[in-house]
Amino acid sequence: MARDVTTAEFQKEVLENSLPVLVDFWAEWCGPCRMVSPIVDELGTDLEGQLDVVKVNVDHEPDLAMQYNVTGIPLLGVFKNGELVKQLVGARPKAALQSELQEFL
Amino acid sequence: MREVVIIGSGPAGYTAAIYAARADLKPLLIASSVEPGGELMKTTEVENYPGFPTGTMGPDLMADFQAQAERFGTEVMFDDVVDVDLKGDTKIIKTGGGESIEAKTVIISTGAAYRELGLPKEKELSGHGVSWCATCDGFFFREKTIAVVGGGDSAMEEANFLTKFADKVYVIHRRDSLKASKTMQQRSFDNPKIEFIWNSEIAELHGEGKLEGVTLNDTETGEKTNLEIQGLFIAIGSDPRTGLFEAQLELDQEKFIKVDGRSSKTNLPGVFAAGDVIDPTYRQAITAAGSGCVAALDAEHYLADH
Repeated sequence: MARDVTTAEFQKEVLENSLPVLVDFWAEWCGPCRMVSPIVDELGTDLEGQLDVVKVNVDHEPDLAMQYNVTGIPLLGVFKNGELVKQLVGARPKAALQSELQEFL
Repeated sequence: MREVVIIGSGPAGYTAAIYAARADLKPLLIASSVEPGGELMKTTEVENYPGFPTGTMGPDLMADFQAQAERFGTEVMFDDVVDVDLKGDTKIIKTGGGESIEAKTVIISTGAAYRELGLPKEKELSGHGVSWCATCDGFFFREKTIAVVGGGDSAMEEANFLTKFADKVYVIHRRDSLKASKTMQQRSFDNPKIEFIWNSEIAELHGEGKLEGVTLNDTETGEKTNLEIQGLFIAIGSDPRTGLFEAQLELDQEKFIKVDGRSSKTNLPGVFAAGDVIDPTYRQAITAAGSGCVAALDAEHYLADH
């Protein structure tokens, strides 16, 4: 299961990661986030070695949410070489996410 | 082979499931993988659904619909329909999860999807100030100045809900009066944090990486003004989700599925439609539920005759 990272861990786990990283910005109170969360976990398992997957709880890490101007969740961001290169807002099915991620694998 | 497959999990779909299940048709309801429960999942308090004198929460109501459908033997599948073949006696439904399901009858209750403004930058700023769901995203706008665009009940509900977080909520509407119910109108007029901007439509969105403002176009004078806002909630109605069925079912000009009179019968035998996907006019949870009941009864009669 993809784990939640803190603001302190974000630099190492995401920005300095040699693999592309899918970051799931989420919160407990967000219904669509709860639907996406298991899909994100599955992607983490399916794509192990090609792409890392982590989560950011926007309630616990408001600074990270603010830094990336997140005002809508779920927001899935793809980070590559320390840069946010793609973002997907709103829940979508696994197949749709897989095809959106193809270009980073 | 299934007797009944229901596509969609809003009030229409679940009501059809309750009736079909009680008729012992063991329905399969395909609920979608990420948006089960339909429009009411994005609402908070529902005050006009009969049987709840003090109101109920939209998501709670949908959980109850689902529980009631399952109690009588409905099977709920959290997957998405990606292809259908509805023409023959045996209907074939394919899902994103790779299943191919055969059915004697199909009830389509896929509802409607939020309409977009159709402006440049709308996609890019979505999740960065532009939103379609106040209950999802309102939290991010504490002490901010924001706007809601639209003049119906949904727009008023969103505006009132958002005043819990925002310092100021503008309501931008292209006419000089609202389509919303009198109760919702009064509640909005009485809310000191809400200010109306009449006869105006949004011409442009501004901001790089986050929304910073909009240009408004006065629909009477054509005058353009800028409004600084950090958030914009779009509630300008919705379009029926009929893309999957377009090639096989008769649709009206606005792409709603055509049904025969007061029934749920489409132009194809054994295919029925219910809820917002056939209804450009009323679009209430209760009318959708009633329509779902009609579809289940029509399917039941069809099965008895075939």
